[in-house]
Amino acid sequence: METENKSIRRDALEKLFSQWLAAGKRILAPKKIADKTDFAWIRTLDEVNLDQVQTVQSPKTAIFPRVEELFSFKSSDGLVQIRDRDAAALGEIVVFGLRPCDAAAFAALKAIFTWDCPDRLFSARLEKMTVIGVACARADEYCFCTSLGGDPGATAGSDILLTDMENGQFLAEIVSERGRQAVQTASGLFAPAATREKESHLAKVEPGFNAKAIAPVLASLFDDAAFWEEQSRRCVGCGACAYVCPTCACFDIQDEGGSSGKRLRCWDSCGFQLFTLHTSGHNPRPLQSQRWRQRLMHKFAYMPERQQVLGCVGCGRCSRACPVDMNILEHLRAIAEAKP
Amino acid sequence: MSEADIFKPYLLKIDQVIDETPDVKTLRLVFVDEQEGRDFTFRTGQFAEYSVFGEGECTFCIASPPTRKGYIECTFRKAGRVTTALAGLEPGETIGFRGPYGNIFPIHEWGKKNLLFIAGGIALPPMRSLICNVLDLRKSFNDVTIIYGARSVADLVYKSELAEWAERPDVKLVTTVDPGGETPDWKGQIGFVPTVLDKSAPSSRDTVAVVCGPPVMIKFTFPVLVKLGFAPESIFTTLENRMKCGVGKCGRCNVGKYFVCKDGPVFTFAQLQEMPQEY
Repeated sequence: METENKSIRRDALEKLFSQWLAAGKRILAPKKIADKTDFAWIRTLDEVNLDQVQTVQSPKTAIFPRVEELFSFKSSDGLVQIRDRDAAALGEIVVFGLRPCDAAAFAALKAIFTWDCPDRLFSARLEKMTVIGVACARADEYCFCTSLGGDPGATAGSDILLTDMENGQFLAEIVSERGRQAVQTASGLFAPAATREKESHLAKVEPGFNAKAIAPVLASLFDDAAFWEEQSRRCVGCGACAYVCPTCACFDIQDEGGSSGKRLRCWDSCGFQLFTLHTSGHNPRPLQSQRWRQRLMHKFAYMPERQQVLGCVGCGRCSRACPVDMNILEHLRAIAEAKP
Repeated sequence: MSEADIFKPYLLKIDQVIDETPDVKTLRLVFVDEQEGRDFTFRTGQFAEYSVFGEGECTFCIASPPTRKGYIECTFRKAGRVTTALAGLEPGETIGFRGPYGNIFPIHEWGKKNLLFIAGGIALPPMRSLICNVLDLRKSFNDVTIIYGARSVADLVYKSELAEWAERPDVKLVTTVDPGGETPDWKGQIGFVPTVLDKSAPSSRDTVAVVCGPPVMIKFTFPVLVKLGFAPESIFTTLENRMKCGVGKCGRCNVGKYFVCKDGPVFTFAQLQEMPQEY
């Protein structure tokens, strides 16, 4: 559908929150807790912090929880009963206040979880999610969305994108059918937009490298062990980058609770040595440099080729979270400029 | 298993436990739900996720052939948490099973060809499904040669089948154990699989070779086959990377851009030559 432009006042937004809650929707939004801002289930607009450049964690937990029960089971006397998760019981949610990069990241998750054979719980959560993005008024040195086709005011992935016009009003770009339904339900809270000029309210992020150059260079660098060793020398394999990443989707499956317990899907990371370790002791990616290579190849070469989507949106979280100051933007620049 | 619920396992009951070696067992499994059992189909080369509820899942091939209906077999070495738990189960107990996953050995393209099967140690199971499938359709193929080696006589699995294959006039079976692994009454060969292959291989003419074994055996077997005149497109193997989901999502079994679980586990040597060494 064609994007419709509306506007909404801050006090009307507060009413909108009340309406969502009254309708049984839960709201996931950035909330400041001590010195960190992270996504949390909130009840009022006052709890929401939109001043930060970026939350520590991404909102991917909305559709890909850190630990998710796939089903539960009961065994006794050699007999087993499986109890399915009831996808219909998953509630409607609104993810509010996420940045355009995070909104764009849902497409990468969707590509993985619906590729070839759709994941039932993921698809159900996706179906019940409304995404209300807020454009970026500020960026920092780690942001690089513009290198990857995004920008601080990009609407892709949002159902409605709000831009703070700094006069008590938000420009509301109604991007999807789901967004239009949200506007219709909130009768009277949205007004016609006085202006759609938002550029002056947006952060400036200069492109840092040529993303199109990355995939072919990566392919030619695969066997350059010295290059990957140099790229990853500092990496301690902690996996923090994967945990804060809005598109990282690799997971483990584990049982918990003994013979009458649950089968769980848990976040995992290709940075861990255990990730690929065979029981025999053989490991196809024994070196940290090979695991770093896998991280970049997966996001910038394999996913574009296999799932037609980049596995990175340039949010910069991995660089901010890295305990040894690896800055992915610098690493990607080095790759884009490498002579194959 | 509905298509929409990719992680929900079938329930299978252990019908029989066969001790292959001191630490290798075969389980014969039947579907708890008979209708599910009748509807279940797979093809040789495919694998599955087997689970002990409360311990977790592990990945092995289906070791029985699709031509033998009514049950599924798997063979595994007791090594980690789940296989140790599996090894402790007795007939009548229930396990989880997700599958079949992955691609197949394209035996429908091998009609009237000679077949050479080369296996090492615990890697006979994926090939046993294939060999039994071929023997059940024996008239469709020409000469069948099986070369199987293990570290020692005690490590040879499927001893009853080996005896059966040795008896068959339409199968040439060569068994070997690593030097030092022989017993006083051992009548087979002594030597590593690639060496024995070099001495006993049939002509490469109109012949398909299938190799399953530990990475080191595969590494030394491919060059011997190439030297014997096999085209890389006529040499097949299976890769065994660690897996969790089996359906191309969990992110760990990939070799370059290929998922072993979706694009494999069966690959030709020609394909492997184009793939990075991540297996």
